Amino acid sequence: MLRFEDYVIDGIKFGIISPDEARKLSRVALVTDKLYDEELPVRGGPRDPHMGAIEPGERCPVCGNPPSTCPGHFGHIELAAPVIHVGFVSIINDLLKSTCRSCGRILLPQDEIKRDLELYRKLRVKWPRLAKDLVKNVIQKAAKTPKCPHCGEQQYKIILDKPYKFYEERPEGRIFLTPHEVRQRLEMIPDEHAELLGLDPEHARPEWMVLTVLLVPPLPVRTPISLETGIRSEDDLTHILVTIIRANNDLKNIIMSGAPQSIVEERWNVLQYNVSILFDNELPGVPVARHRNLRPLKGIVQRLKGKEGRFRGNLSGKRVNYSARTVISPDPLISINEVGVPEEIAKTLTIAENVTPFNIEKLRKRILNGPNKWPGANYVIRDDGRKIDLRFFKDRKALAESLRPGYIVERHLEDGDIVLFNRQPSLHRMSMMAHIVRVFPGKTFRLNLLVCPPYNADFDGDEMNLHALRLPEAIAEAYELMLVEKHILSPRYGGPIIGGGQDYVSGAYLLTSKTTLLTRDDVEFILSVTGYHGELPEPAIIKPNEYWTGKQIISLFLPKEFNFQGKAKINSGKLECADPDCFYDSYIVIKNGELLEGVFDKKAVGAQQSENIIHHMIKEYGESFAREFFDNVFKMFIRMLELKGFTMTLSDVEIPPEARERVEQVIKETYERVDKLIQQYQEGVLEPIPGRTIEETLELKIIQVLNEGRERAGKEAIEYLDPFNNVFIMARTGARGSDVNITNMAVMLGQQVVRGKRITRGYRGRTLAHFKKGDLSPESRGFVKNNFRTGLDPLETFFHAAAGREGLVDTAVKTSQSGYMQRRLINALMDLRVTYDGTVRDSEGNIVQFSYGEDLVDPMKSMHGKSVDIDRIIEKYREV
Amino acid sequence: MAKSLKSALTAASEILPPKIYEELVEKLESSDLNVKQKRAVVEEAVREYLSSQVHPGEAVGIVGAQSIGEPGTQMTLRTFHYAGMLEFDVTLGLPRLIEIVDARKKPSTPTMKIYLVDKIGKDLEKAREIARRIEYTTIEKVISEIQKDIVNYTITIVFDKEMMDDKGVTLDDVIPLLKKLKIGDIEITDDNPPTLTIYLNEDVDIRTLSRVEDKIKQTKIKGIKGITKVAIEAEKDRDGNLIEYIIVTEGSNLAEILDVKGVDYTRTHTNDITETAEVLGIEAARNLIIREMQDVLEKQGLDVDIRHLMLVADLMTWSGRVKAIGRTGIVGEKSSPLARAAFEETQKHLYKAAAMGEIEDFKGITESIVAGKVIKVGTGMIILTQEVR
Repeated sequence: MLRFEDYVIDGIKFGIISPDEARKLSRVALVTDKLYDEELPVRGGPRDPHMGAIEPGERCPVCGNPPSTCPGHFGHIELAAPVIHVGFVSIINDLLKSTCRSCGRILLPQDEIKRDLELYRKLRVKWPRLAKDLVKNVIQKAAKTPKCPHCGEQQYKIILDKPYKFYEERPEGRIFLTPHEVRQRLEMIPDEHAELLGLDPEHARPEWMVLTVLLVPPLPVRTPISLETGIRSEDDLTHILVTIIRANNDLKNIIMSGAPQSIVEERWNVLQYNVSILFDNELPGVPVARHRNLRPLKGIVQRLKGKEGRFRGNLSGKRVNYSARTVISPDPLISINEVGVPEEIAKTLTIAENVTPFNIEKLRKRILNGPNKWPGANYVIRDDGRKIDLRFFKDRKALAESLRPGYIVERHLEDGDIVLFNRQPSLHRMSMMAHIVRVFPGKTFRLNLLVCPPYNADFDGDEMNLHALRLPEAIAEAYELMLVEKHILSPRYGGPIIGGGQDYVSGAYLLTSKTTLLTRDDVEFILSVTGYHGELPEPAIIKPNEYWTGKQIISLFLPKEFNFQGKAKINSGKLECADPDCFYDSYIVIKNGELLEGVFDKKAVGAQQSENIIHHMIKEYGESFAREFFDNVFKMFIRMLELKGFTMTLSDVEIPPEARERVEQVIKETYERVDKLIQQYQEGVLEPIPGRTIEETLELKIIQVLNEGRERAGKEAIEYLDPFNNVFIMARTGARGSDVNITNMAVMLGQQVVRGKRITRGYRGRTLAHFKKGDLSPESRGFVKNNFRTGLDPLETFFHAAAGREGLVDTAVKTSQSGYMQRRLINALMDLRVTYDGTVRDSEGNIVQFSYGEDLVDPMKSMHGKSVDIDRIIEKYREV
Repeated sequence: MAKSLKSALTAASEILPPKIYEELVEKLESSDLNVKQKRAVVEEAVREYLSSQVHPGEAVGIVGAQSIGEPGTQMTLRTFHYAGMLEFDVTLGLPRLIEIVDARKKPSTPTMKIYLVDKIGKDLEKAREIARRIEYTTIEKVISEIQKDIVNYTITIVFDKEMMDDKGVTLDDVIPLLKKLKIGDIEITDDNPPTLTIYLNEDVDIRTLSRVEDKIKQTKIKGIKGITKVAIEAEKDRDGNLIEYIIVTEGSNLAEILDVKGVDYTRTHTNDITETAEVLGIEAARNLIIREMQDVLEKQGLDVDIRHLMLVADLMTWSGRVKAIGRTGIVGEKSSPLARAAFEETQKHLYKAAAMGEIEDFKGITESIVAGKVIKVGTGMIILTQEVR
C-alpha cells in the first residue's frame, strides 16, 4: 500500500468548489452554533468530531485515525440564501457588466464572439499575457453595449458597492440585486462565453462564485488551544463559523416566518457579512470583526498573507531541526575552513551514521560514551526501525556489543564533520558557507578572522547559526560547493572577498617593511606558528649578527615559479612610484617565488581587493593553495605584531604648536573668505551660478570654501606628524582609518552636514538661540573648528550630534529599502539559470540571454571581469 | 612553425570572444616572442578562456540579484551633488537604483546629456547658442513684473534685462508672439528696463484679466518642451585638456532634441528609460538600463560585474516591453500562481488562479520549495540518474 509520504505532487489545478462538490467533500452538515454540551463536542456544531480527530487519544469517527495521522475532514453549511464570495466580487462585477441581463450571453455580436474565442484559445497556450489583454478588451467592449445583440434586451448599468453589494441603475431608480438574482444571471452565462471572459467553466462555473453551500474547514485547520488553567480557547475561524451558523439559522427562521422583505434582507446581509469575514477580515468598507478582547479576528486571508503568513512564513521558509545558534568569537589559529563548536552544542547536534564493518568499532565507543560524554551518541536506531534513546538506556555495553551493520547511530558532532554556518542578514551566497567542525570547550562558536568579510561579522556580540548536515548528498555538496575555500572569490566582482583587515594589514606591513630586520630568535618565533619544516634561507645580513628580512620569510611560502608585479596601497601621494624601481618600497615585485621589493599592505593581504597577489595565486595554484596561504602566512602577520607590539597613543594625534598656528591661520583665512562672500551677497554683487538662485549660489560657495579650508588645514597639519606614528601607519596601509579620520582627530572636524546642506534649521531664522537671525557665518551653521583630541565646545557638540543622528536615521531607512529591493530582485531573477546550450532561461524555458553575459564567462572565475589576462600569459611565456 | 601558429589562431578565433581575440592578435604582434612562444600563448589563452566559462545549471539569476542587492546596504541614501558646483541635483545612489529596477514611467530627475557634432562641440559660443535654443523659455521667465490695470484695461509687462540676455531673448522676439495672442495693441513704454503696455481690445472683468495674464506668462518664446534648464559642461581629459563641450539639461525630450541641428544624435542620451524605449527601441532601453545602473554603482565606488547588470536589463526587456522588477512586472507575470502568491498580493493571485482554473506545475524555484520538491537549478537540474542494482 502506498503511504501518504510516497506520493509526489505533480501539479495543482486551481478551481472553485461547486455546491455539489462541497456536499460530496463534506462529512457533516453543521446546523447548530453550539460547540460543547457538558464538555463534549456537539454533533452538527462547529466542533463536530466528524471533521477530524484533534484531542490526544481521540480516534476519528470518519477515517479511524488518531490525531497524528487523521488529515481532517470538511463539513458544510447549507446556506438559507445564497451569499456572494467576497474574493470574487471584482470578477462577478466584470461578468455582470459584460453579459446580457436576460439571456446571459456576452454583449457582442455572435461572429465577433466566435472569432475572439478562437483567437483566445490559440493565445492562451503560447501568449498568456496577450490572452489576458484580449479578455480585458472583450469585457471593456461588451460593457459598453447598451442593447443585447442576441435577444435585444435593454441593458442597465451595474454598480458595485464595495465590498459585496450589487445594484442596477434602472429607469425607476437604483435597484439592489440580491445574491440570488446575481447567481441567476451568472447561471445563464454559456460555458463558451465564460471561457472568453477568462474563466475555466469546467472548474469554475461563474455561479459558483455565489455560495449556496459553505464548505467548513476541517478541525485540524482550526484546533482549539487549551490554556494551563484548563480553559479552552477556540480558534478564530471557529468563532466566525459560530456566528455564521447563528446568522444562517436566524435567516432561515425569518424566511420561514414570512417576514417582510426588508427584514429578510437585513438578516441576509448579516449572513453575507459573516461569511465574508471568514474569508477576509480586512475588507474595506465594513467593520473588522473582533474578539472579546478587541483583538481583530483572523480570517483565512490573514492566515495566508504577509511575512508571517502561511506562504512566506511557513512554506517558503521553514523552521529546522539540527541547528544551533550562539555568540561568535575570534580564533586566528584555526583554519578558515573550520569552525569552533562548543562541546555542549556538539553533544546536542547529531549525525546519523550508518553502521558498516569499517566504522563499527568507532561507533561502539561512541555508544559506550553515551549522551553525556563527548564524543558519544544520543540514539541508536536498530535495523527493525526501533529507536533507542541512550539517555534512558541502562546497559550501553550490551547495546554496543549487539551493534551490527544496518543499525544507525545518532552520534555527536565530531571534529572533521562538515556543517553549514550562517550569519544574517544573508545578503549573498557567502553568508552561508560550509565549515569543518572543531569541538572546543567554552560556549561560543569560533571562527577565523579572515572569514569575517564575507559574513560581515565582528565580535561585538554577533550571533551565528550552525546547521548539521544529515544526508550524504548534502554532505557531498557542502564539501564541493559550499566549503569556505570555494568562496574565496566573489562572483560579484571577480576577486577575492576573503582577506585580512586591521591588525593583519599592520602586521603584514611591519613584517615586509624594508626596515625590519629579524634575528634568528625572531624568525623562529614568527615561523613557529606556521608549522614550517624546511631550512631557513641565507640571512640577509651576516655580520656583525645574522639578520633576516621579513620579505625572506614571506618568500618561504610563495610558490617557486610565482611572479607578480603591482602597486601597493601605500603607492600614492608622496610614496608614489610608477614602476618597480621604487625608492619607497611601494611597488611589489615577486620573481620566481621571491618577494624582492615592495611591502604587503591592504592591497596585498586585504579583503575585497581584486587582481592582487592572492587573486593571482588562486588562479594559478587553486583555492586550496590559497587557503593554506591564508592559514599559515596570515598567522605570521599577527605574530609580528606580538613581537613588535602595536598600538595607538594620544600623542599620535597631537600636532605641534607651530602646526596649530598654521591651522589657526587657515581657519582665519577661510572665515575671511566666507565673510567676503556674505558681504558680496548682501551688497548684491554676487554672481549667481546659472540655473541657481543667489541664495543657493552663496550656500554652495560657502560650503566649497569651508571644505577647501578643512582639507588645506588637514593636509598642512598632517605634514607635521611623524610618518612612522601608529595612526599614520594604519591609515596609509589601509589597516584602519583614513586621512579624514586623522584630520578629525588631530586637526578639525569641519562642516557638519544635514540633508546635504549646512545646518539651517532649529529656531526661526537661526540654528540656536545664541545666534542672531539670518546669521550666515560658519560657526552658526555647524562649522566645527575643533578636533576630537582637543574636544568640541557645546555648540559644536550639538551640531556634530545633529549630523550624527542623520547618519543613524539614514542607515535605518536604507536597510529597509535596500532589503525590499533585494527581495524583489531575487524573486524576479531566481528562476534564471544557464542551460547546457549556454543560454540563460527562466523556468518556462524562455530565453533571456542567448549566451550568459555575452561571453559565457562566470564572473567569479574572471579576473575582475576579464576572462583572459593576455599580458600575464605573454609575460609567462617570455621566460620559457 | 608559422603555419601551426596560424592554425592555432584560427582555432582560437572560433572559441574566444571577438574582443579578446583582437586583443590577443594585437598584443602578439607587438610582442617580441618567437613563433613557438606565440603559439603557446594562444593555446594558453584559449585554455584560460574555456576554464573561466559558466557551468550549465549555474544559478546566474540568484547570483546576479545578490550581487546588485548586497551592495545596496553600502549605498548612500542622500541625493548628493558633487562638490557643490553642479547646476542641478540628480537622483543618485539607492533611490536611483530602485527607480531603475522599478521601471518608473518618469525618472524623478529627468536629465539629458546632449553631445554636439564635431565642428560645434569645441566652440563654447556655438554650444551656448544651441543650449539657448533648446531651453524651454516662456515669457514668465524673462519678466520681473506684470501689472494689471483694471480701470484702463491695460497690462504692463516689465522685463528683466539680465534674464533676457542670459536666455538670449530680445523684445523683437517677444512682440510678435504677443501680437499673435490678439489681445490688444502693444506699446513700448520704457527702455530701461524694457517695458511693454498692452491695451486690451475690450473691457473685461478681473477674472478674464487674470486669465489673459496667465496666457501671456505661459507663452512660449522658444525651446523644446520639457527642457526646463540647460547648462554647458566642459568635458576634459585626464590632463585637464578640453575634449568638448556638452549640454546637460534638466528635463528630457529625446525625440525633439535628436532633431535639433548641431546635436550629435549618435551619442546624445537621456536617463529616461521609458522614453528611450519609445524613441530608440527596446535594445537602446536595455543598454540604458545597464549604463544607468553602472553609473550609480560606480559613483558609489561599488564594484559589480557588468554581467549581473546585463542579466537584469535583459530580463526587464526581453519581452519587448520594459518590465519592472516586482509585482507589477516580472514577478506579477510569472505563470506559477504559487510563486506569485508567495511574493505579494497573496489573496488576489489565489482568487484569480481559482477563477481562471490555472495549473501549478512546479517548474520554478518558489513553487518547488513550497511543495518540498528539488529545485531545477544547479545540481538539481540534472535529470540523468544511475540505476541502482
